[in-house]
Formats: sequence, structure tokens, C-alpha cells
Amino acid sequence: MKKFLKAEEIFFRVLMFLSTTLIGTVLFLIVFSVIKNGLPYLSWEMISEVPSGGYYFGKEGGILNAIVGTVYLSLGSTLLAFFVGLPVALMMNVHLVRYQRFVNGIRLILDLLWGIPSIVYGAFGFTLMVYLGIRASLLAGIITVTIFIIPIMIRAMDEALKTAPRGLLEAALSLGSTRSEISYRVFFKQCIPGMVTAILLSFGRAAGDVASVLFTAGFTDAIPTSINQPAATLPLAIFFQLSSPISEVRHRAYAAAVVLFGIILVISLLTRIISGKYKKNRINF
Amino acid sequence: MSGFRIKLSRSLRNKVHGSWMTVCLVFVISMPVIIAGGLYWKSSVLLHDHGVFSLIFSKEWKPLSGQFGFYPFIISSIWVTMTALILAAPICLLTAIHLTQYAKRWVLKIMHPVIDILAGIPSVIYGVWGILVVVPFIGNHLGTWLGKSVSGYSILAGGIVLAIMVIPFVLNILIDVFNNIPTELSEASLSLGATRWQTIKFVLVKKGLPGIVAAFGLGMSRAFGETIAVLMVVGNVSRIPSGLFQPGYPLPALIANNYGEMLSIPLYDSALMLSALILFVVVLGFNFVSRYIIAACDKRC
Repeated sequence: MKKFLKAEEIFFRVLMFLSTTLIGTVLFLIVFSVIKNGLPYLSWEMISEVPSGGYYFGKEGGILNAIVGTVYLSLGSTLLAFFVGLPVALMMNVHLVRYQRFVNGIRLILDLLWGIPSIVYGAFGFTLMVYLGIRASLLAGIITVTIFIIPIMIRAMDEALKTAPRGLLEAALSLGSTRSEISYRVFFKQCIPGMVTAILLSFGRAAGDVASVLFTAGFTDAIPTSINQPAATLPLAIFFQLSSPISEVRHRAYAAAVVLFGIILVISLLTRIISGKYKKNRINF
Repeated sequence: MSGFRIKLSRSLRNKVHGSWMTVCLVFVISMPVIIAGGLYWKSSVLLHDHGVFSLIFSKEWKPLSGQFGFYPFIISSIWVTMTALILAAPICLLTAIHLTQYAKRWVLKIMHPVIDILAGIPSVIYGVWGILVVVPFIGNHLGTWLGKSVSGYSILAGGIVLAIMVIPFVLNILIDVFNNIPTELSEASLSLGATRWQTIKFVLVKKGLPGIVAAFGLGMSRAFGETIAVLMVVGNVSRIPSGLFQPGYPLPALIANNYGEMLSIPLYDSALMLSALILFVVVLGFNFVSRYIIAACDKRC
């Protein structure tokens, strides 16, 4: 009996160790295979030029339009989401702190919204576009992506604000601050690393998502000069180029994937550095 | 006098701020209703023409002659999602137990960023990886090994890519579930002479079972709605799949693939919006039940 127990434990420990290793290996494999296939085709021309005439048949050009489009779209929507999301997150933790049941209800709704697939947001954005009468454009894309990342941003900010000690609120109130002052001057400052993390997380989501911009942002070879023009995004460019029958074009998709991967990795690295650095400035109770 | 002015502007600022906050909050809370309403508004034309059940259980998909049967797509979605879940569930459970019970600090130090990065990789990259690695592997190695000729673009490829996409998501929830179980319970079990593994099996997993089920529910709804990565590797043939090596055509892929022709064929846009509505309802339902279980579980612990 004892021997059997020991054997069972060892067996499962080995399985557990294997599955943990597997997850690490898969990440390594993904990074390795994307870089191995993409890097040889990555050139300065790729990231500094817009597609020229025969680009989609394998001629010259690059994906600058998609890179710039992604940056515009993500920046615009992150900014908009920030102006809507920050007040909600602060309100949940400063104004409504006495109504925990209500706040938990809001959290549930936000979690549900977070779980909705981005293609549904894309379809909804399309409906909204038809309703408002705007064409597929940078503006429509920004609106859709904003709606998509608002729940993500609020929940991430909320998680950070939740950790702020309650005594901070009481102390500030007793000194005569208004609630809005407490929100911005005390709670926001206390939780800056969490806020930056939330913003970067949303930016990463906005930059990497295809399904929500598929209907709404359109696609173009030019760099958009106004908000009413369509814009290409990097994930969409990868997706389109991969479906091409010409291998030259597909190779460029791999190279574009390396660029996108690089952007996402830099964001994730920045998040780690910033949240580590600002931790020192916090008031600890 | 100046003191009065400062006070006025402070309270004014507070008021302006309070109203803007309320507006934002109302907007966010009403979002699910607005989305459902918008999608229903667009799909109601088709719904009134055909009725829900005949649409869902009809097998004919011929947009040009006005026949919209979602059955093959729904079945494909279920196939891909279940494959992904069956592949991901044991790996997630074992890893979560390993990381919360056995793992040393340095393992945690490596695995935390690994999970974070996996969770942050855009779905297109997963799709690219699927095309580069998973599809050729199934087509060239697994296919010949099993003695079948398959193209590789199949339900199985979609399931594998999806499984890897949901692993970080499910793993994070599972780690939370195991960390929330009070340590006294396992200490009591250990002090009674149970082995480590017996404690895990009879105390931790048993206590955390609702949370584990909920985590898989959330993972499933995530997998059900994932679009681009699946679309790139699953083959997209609108036929009812009969096996893992057959190509499939899940609902999200249907929406993403056909948006171009959407406006040129009558009722087509309505049909695609209806599939978005189906996705919305299914995912919301799954999410709601899972979140409810997790919340009830947290309260009890």
C-alpha cells in the first residue's frame, strides 16, 4: 500500500513537472519559429516604406502603413478608453466604497464584457457604423476598439485601486478633501504603477486584435492623414498577406509577425520595469 | 472673499467630476444591453422571416438563394472548442497544482513571465505559428503516421492552437482558486498522516472543484469566441465535420470570412449579425454561470 502511494505521487509529480515544462517549451517554440521564419525577410525597407504598386505580387514596398495605422488606432483608442475608464474605476473605489454589493455587480458586468469575443465587438461596431452613417475609417476603428478595451482597462485599474488602504480615504476625507480630489490626488497617485500597467495592457490588446477592426477600420496602402480615412493595422496586414498564394508575400507576413511580436514584447517588458520601479514611491501602512 | 472662491471652484470641480463619472458608469453598465440590442436590431429581419430554431437546425447554407442554416457552423464550433478544452484541461490542472503546491521560487520566477507573455501574444501570431508548425506537423507527420492523407488544416489544428491560447487564461484562474483555499485545510490533512498527493487529491481538488469547473467554463467560452487564429488553421469548409482530421468552419470564422460580401447579398448581413448574436448569448451565458460559481465559492471559503 505504502509503495503504491509513493509510486502514485511520483507518477503525478512527473506529470505535473512535464506539463509545466510543456508550457514553457511551447512559448519558446512559438518565439523561435516566428523569429526563425520572419527574421531573414525583415529589412529596413519593410518597416520604412509603404506598399508600392506591385507589393502584393512580391514587388517592392513595406508595411509602414500598417505600423503607423496600428499606432494611431491603439493610441487613439487607449486615450479614449482612459478618459472613460479612469473615472469609472475611481468611482468604484472612492465614491461607491460604501456600496460593496453594487460595486461587485459592476465588477461582474465588466468581467462579462471582458469575456465577450472581439468579433462580436467588431460586428457591433459595424452595426453602430451603419446606424451613425460613417464609412469604414480610422474613427470607426477607434470607437470599436475603445469599446472593446474599456472593460479590460477598468478591471485592471480596479485591481490596482482595490489594494489602496481604506485608511487613506478616511484620512483624506477627515482633512476636508472633496471626493474628486481624493480620487485624483490621493488614489490615482498611490496607484500609478497599476494605472500604467492597465494602460499598457489595454494598448497591447488594442494593437494585437484583428477581429474588432476587420469590419470597421478598412484597409489601405496609404498612411491615413485624417480620422475619416481607412487605416491598415499590423495584425490585419499579416492576416491578408498570409492568405496570398505568392510565397514572397507570405514571407513578408512572417516578417510583419516579428515586428508585431517585438512591439508586444516591448510593451510587456515596459510593464514589468515600470511596475517594479514605482513600487518604491508607495505609501505603505 | 478669495477663500470663498476657492471653495466654490473646488466644489464645482467636484460636481462636474461626479457627473462625468456617473455618465461613464451608466455607459459602461448599459454596454451589454446596447450590444445585444444593436445586434438584435440588425438580425431581426432574418429572425422574423425564418424563426430561431429553423435557422439553428437547418443544414443548408446558401446565401444566394436565401437559405441560412447555422447547424454546420455551430457543430464545428463545438468540435473545435471541445478539442481545445480536452487538450488544455489536464495540462492546466496539473501545472496549477505544481505551481501552487510543489514549485520552488525559481520555477515561479520563470513561469510568471512565461504565462504573462503567452497571455499577451496577439491571436494573429498564434495563427502564424499554427500555419508554420501545427498544420505541417498534422499534415506530414501525424497524418502519415496514422495512415491517412490529410491536409493539416483541420479541427485538430484549430483545437491545438486554441488549447495553447486558453492555457494562460485558465491557468491564472486556477492558480487563484488554489491559492484561495485556506492552508489550514491542507495542514490538517497532512498532520493526520496523509501524503502530499493524497492531500491534493482529497482536500484541495475536492474543495476547489466548483472553481475548477468554473475556470474550465471560462476557458471554454474564450475558446468558443476566438476568431482569427482558428480561422487561419481550421480549413473553412462549410460541411458538418465527422472527425478530428476534417476541416471545420466555426461561427466566428464565418463572420470574419464573409464580411466582404456581406452588403452585396440580401439578408446576408442580417445572417452574420445573427451569428454574432448567437456567439454573444452563448459566451455571456457560460461566463455568467462560471462567474457566479466562482463568486459563490469565494464567499464560502
